Amino acid sequence: MTDYLLTDVSPLGEAATDVLLADGRIAALGADARARANDDAVTIDGAGLVLLPGLVDLHTHLREPGREDAETIRTGTRAAALGGFTAVHAMANTSPTQDTAGVVEQVWRLGREAGWVDVHPVGAVTVGLEGERLAELGAMADSQAQVRVFSDDGRCVHDPVVMRRALEYVKAFDGVVAQHAQEPRLTEGAQMHEGVVSAELGLAGWPAVAEEAIIARDVLLAEHVGSRLHVCHLSTAGSVEIVRWAKSRGIDVTAEATPHHLVLTDEEARGYDPVFKVNPPLRTQADVDAVRAGLEDGTIDIVATDHAPHTREDKDCEWAAAAFGMTGLETALSVVQETMVDTGRMTWADVARVLSTNPARIGRVADHGRPVAVGEPANLVLVDPAARRTVVPEEQATKSTNSPFRGRELHGRVVATFLRGRATVLDGAPVDESQVVA
Amino acid sequence: MRHLLSAGDLTPAEAVTILDTAAQMAATQEREIKKLPTLRGRTVVNLFFEDSTRTRISFETAAKRLSADVINFSAKGSSVSKGESLKDTALTLQAMGADAVVIRHQASGAPHTLATSGWTHGAVVNAGDGTHQHPTQALLDAYTLRRHLVGDGGRSDVTGRDLEGLKVAIVGDVLHSRVARSNVQLLHTLGAEVTLVGPPTLVPVGVGAWTARVSYHLDEVIADEKPDAVMMLRVQRERMSSAGGGFFPSPLEYTRGYGLDARRLAALPDHAIVLHPGPMNRGLEISADAADSPRAVIVEQVANGVAVRMAVLYLLLAGGAPATNERADA
Repeated sequence: MTDYLLTDVSPLGEAATDVLLADGRIAALGADARARANDDAVTIDGAGLVLLPGLVDLHTHLREPGREDAETIRTGTRAAALGGFTAVHAMANTSPTQDTAGVVEQVWRLGREAGWVDVHPVGAVTVGLEGERLAELGAMADSQAQVRVFSDDGRCVHDPVVMRRALEYVKAFDGVVAQHAQEPRLTEGAQMHEGVVSAELGLAGWPAVAEEAIIARDVLLAEHVGSRLHVCHLSTAGSVEIVRWAKSRGIDVTAEATPHHLVLTDEEARGYDPVFKVNPPLRTQADVDAVRAGLEDGTIDIVATDHAPHTREDKDCEWAAAAFGMTGLETALSVVQETMVDTGRMTWADVARVLSTNPARIGRVADHGRPVAVGEPANLVLVDPAARRTVVPEEQATKSTNSPFRGRELHGRVVATFLRGRATVLDGAPVDESQVVA
Repeated sequence: MRHLLSAGDLTPAEAVTILDTAAQMAATQEREIKKLPTLRGRTVVNLFFEDSTRTRISFETAAKRLSADVINFSAKGSSVSKGESLKDTALTLQAMGADAVVIRHQASGAPHTLATSGWTHGAVVNAGDGTHQHPTQALLDAYTLRRHLVGDGGRSDVTGRDLEGLKVAIVGDVLHSRVARSNVQLLHTLGAEVTLVGPPTLVPVGVGAWTARVSYHLDEVIADEKPDAVMMLRVQRERMSSAGGGFFPSPLEYTRGYGLDARRLAALPDHAIVLHPGPMNRGLEISADAADSPRAVIVEQVANGVAVRMAVLYLLLAGGAPATNERADA
């Protein structure tokens, strides 16, 4: 296995140093790194580059099994590696649904065979995501996939009794329920955020209260039964307030925001381009501001992509007929850099926290989100914050082209990604596939 | 003007030009031979993804009176129900050489998508999309208002005139109404003052940004504002059911609060007129007394619709001022 000597890199954006990767671990730091590097170690000039723990996505749709025309585990995890990720959580709304030990093990195994990142399947909370009876959560937890995150994402566990049972049940194996907060009756036929823009465009509204009401209920349920709760893709100012309040009460709740909710607003819907159709919908500028503030002050624990690839035919149509969702794996880090770091609101250490340490902790992923320290697993990403790049969806590794950032110049670029010391990305490009397969 | 997608896209000058052109078109319709040769050899496609016999016939009549070839394409069951997609339908029509596509679609924004996608090179005319826009309806309403209420009630020439100072109440299901959205924008552009009236459940969240006042009380609006015109919107009966959204408790309660009956008709100023885009629910939003009264201009709206649509097709496809002295070949 190749050793890598990263010279003059800035771990978490701090003082530059040298880092030696050998035998899948961080073997040495500082002067020691050069001294201990053997002759055939590959040296990467890291001057000006930031070294972060490999990113961990708690919310990815890999679409396999079932919609391999939109994404496969291979294409999706390759996109993840290019985005700087070393682990992703594959959402359960596949076909068949990831609601049995058999299906989650299949996804886990396909992820291992692909080799680009560690794939941690999310288990469905209820059978078929129908919201009626619990899936075999224990069997999924005990399977080879060792599922710890359970979610009906795409749908809300709306029945309060089912939600309560799920919150209680997963305590037995330290699991967490990740809720897609959407009151179904308040969002029947909903197409976009309900407000000034939806009123004008004549698109059925998805009111903020439909998200906030579920979050409010769930934090109280979590408090009542003493469980931990994770809130997926929080998108409104009111949701930030509710989570802030819940945390102040000591409720064990974590929350995520997506990159797109950090930067895009419902104004994007005005052109009726379905690439901007997403669930939860793009909100107002006031919501974007509140989500940024929540991420800055720690109310929001993580950024997760909600990478949702869709085929062209599912987006190349009128708005109402289009699917919800946008891709995000290859743009997430840039959006966080642009909105939070380059604005001075967060440090690179904060980025490591919200994109690696915290998601790894919430998902109970042991070998990711670790400090940059000797002896730690070499799951790392090297970022060039000074780079500028224009998004061309057709050139991305994801199989789908529904990026909302088409044509947009983004800040920063992933230079290299390492999974257990093995490079998956070098010089900003994926390594040859034969190199990653374990 | 390349397309007509939204009433909000029209400048005051463009809107007045359409009304003036419609007046000229209407004049030609008084003649024995109504057909003009203006669009001979041009093809207008009526692409209807949603049933609307009235609107389709109106556009068809308008196009035929201008000597255009008309193709009616009824495509009920769009991509929403996994039939042929809007895209493939549009590409098919493009291949057949459509100069203009008149589109009615249940999805808000479908005409916008058609016009900006490159799927068709023809002019796109929005004949009603979802709960978004119905610009030719607003234009025919404006034309009707101008004819009756501007320049001594039609006794003097109104060419070039807008609707400055007119007060119009639009009553009913504003939430689901493309007619209301189009009229709010166009009537404001033309200088009229619009008041929207309906139960709060049928007024959209976000209406505060519209160029209109909002009231929940029809009797107050009639008494206090003395509107020059009242435009009644169609209310679908299914809206009251729980499955339909439960927007109001019963048809009777709706009618009591927002129906135009003989009593409210009598309370209107003497010169005020009553409009309705049709089809009417007699006994729900409008009583027979009101619908059949001499102040109702509902049937005339239909005739004006043809003239306005002739004007729109003419301005989109022929450009410039109309030469209505031309005579069709016998």
